[in-house]
Amino acid sequence: MTDAIASLGRTTINALTVFGRAFIFLIRVLASLDIVVRRFGLTLVQVYSVGVRSLLIIVVSGLFVGMVLGYQGYITLVNFGAAEALGGVVALSLVRELGPVVTALLFAGRAGSALTAELGLMKTTEQLSAMEMMAVNPYRRIFAPRFVAGFLSMPLLAAVFSAVGVMGGYLVGVGLLGVDSGAYFSQMQSVTDWNEDVLSGVIKSIVFGFVVTWIAVFQGFNAQPTSEGISRATTQTVVVSSLAVLALDFILTGLMFGAG
Amino acid sequence: MNESGAGAETPHIVIEDLVFRRGNQRIFDGLSMTIPRGRVTTVMGPSGAGKTTLLRLIGGQLRPTGGRIWVDGQEVARLSTRRLYALRKRMGMLFQSGALLTDLSVFENVAFPLREHTDLPEDILRTLVLLKLEAVGLRAARDLDPAALSGGMARRVALARAIALDPDLILYDEPFTGLDPITMGQIVTLIRHTNERLGLTSVLVSHDVTEAMAISDQVVLIADGRVVDAGPPDELEARASDWSAQFLQGRPDGPVPFHYPGASYRDDLLGQGERRDD
Repeated sequence: MTDAIASLGRTTINALTVFGRAFIFLIRVLASLDIVVRRFGLTLVQVYSVGVRSLLIIVVSGLFVGMVLGYQGYITLVNFGAAEALGGVVALSLVRELGPVVTALLFAGRAGSALTAELGLMKTTEQLSAMEMMAVNPYRRIFAPRFVAGFLSMPLLAAVFSAVGVMGGYLVGVGLLGVDSGAYFSQMQSVTDWNEDVLSGVIKSIVFGFVVTWIAVFQGFNAQPTSEGISRATTQTVVVSSLAVLALDFILTGLMFGAG
Repeated sequence: MNESGAGAETPHIVIEDLVFRRGNQRIFDGLSMTIPRGRVTTVMGPSGAGKTTLLRLIGGQLRPTGGRIWVDGQEVARLSTRRLYALRKRMGMLFQSGALLTDLSVFENVAFPLREHTDLPEDILRTLVLLKLEAVGLRAARDLDPAALSGGMARRVALARAIALDPDLILYDEPFTGLDPITMGQIVTLIRHTNERLGLTSVLVSHDVTEAMAISDQVVLIADGRVVDAGPPDELEARASDWSAQFLQGRPDGPVPFHYPGASYRDDLLGQGERRDD
């Protein structure tokens, strides 16, 4: 019994320590953000590495998710004689929910894990230490540009995901199932509200971008400098950021749509 | 303490009553030493004696639990980040693994500190980098990736990078570990030549007795968190204490026992030793 209590206490203290470290890390990264303006090239390289190189998985997933939405939406709507509303259903599902959430989950798996592994390996091979000894602050040179790149890339990737998804829905709905092309887009236009739908999706993806990148960069920084440590940190990035995205999605949806 | 600290006679590094703890473990316990300017000093000691930790304390990457370290008349632990970074620009460190940045070529690795700290035009920067690479014999390897280098080559590139900003102090972390005899010879010569040509202070930590004794002006032996013996290599060999003699000659048993301390062999075999039930 006392063992169990002790172990609970230890786990709690460890978790709080990690939270504390993560917050201090975040504050240090945020305090180093001037480098992003002064040497935007550093961030641009990272935008390519975490953003552009995630495009393939985002485009392919977006296309399939859109196509599935087209099918499922049509099957349900056609029973009520409302197959023309398909465009609206696909667009709303994508910009409000699936775009930001699925993009964030894919981003955590593709770019987040890569960031963690890269930084963990830099730590293990003493590259971060060497940089400090060369009087180069790794928060400015390494962490801040990666953080901003992830933060900028996520909303853009979510937008690409939603746009490709709309086209996927179109391919199936209009191309295969015979929904009217004009109706597909006009329905979409009439039911999708800029502020309520599009902007809320963008806000979600900005929040997800912030949280997933923070987790990924921190896990890399905090990794035990061994091969096992890096593998554990990479797994943690994917698990923790996926759970964080799903939980935050619930909270944000409640805040944005709950009262109305 | 002399605040200007630039004279030829003033020591480059002074360590006074250094205490450093990691968790419950006391790594240093009242360690004091002086490192003269412009010489090669080697800190030797058994594995786990905290040699690398000592370099990190000198470089300000770790803070001492107690005691003080002055580099060039400045107390390292009290410096603001800006002044610590200014001090580090005059300090090169060679890591055991080389610690080259893996996403940059050999050329860009050596150019890295110059690009970060200076605004030199590209042609001057190129000349400087080639000069440094020529000094370590790797000018022709400038386009290689760090992954394509052998351990010895990586260390030579790291040395070129460490001297890129023309520091006046260079710290070497286990520079001889895991090298073949030819590479070992190259590194030994490079360290000695770099020291002589650039007139800088070199601090090595190592447990390779032969090489370290051959190139050092001063050797400091540390064990159990303290300085056991210090002096020029020949003097040290002549008047070595039991412990120092065991270390320098690599004898398996002596003041440092071969067997990890515990219950006697006889008691253990007969089942009367200390028993651990947890």
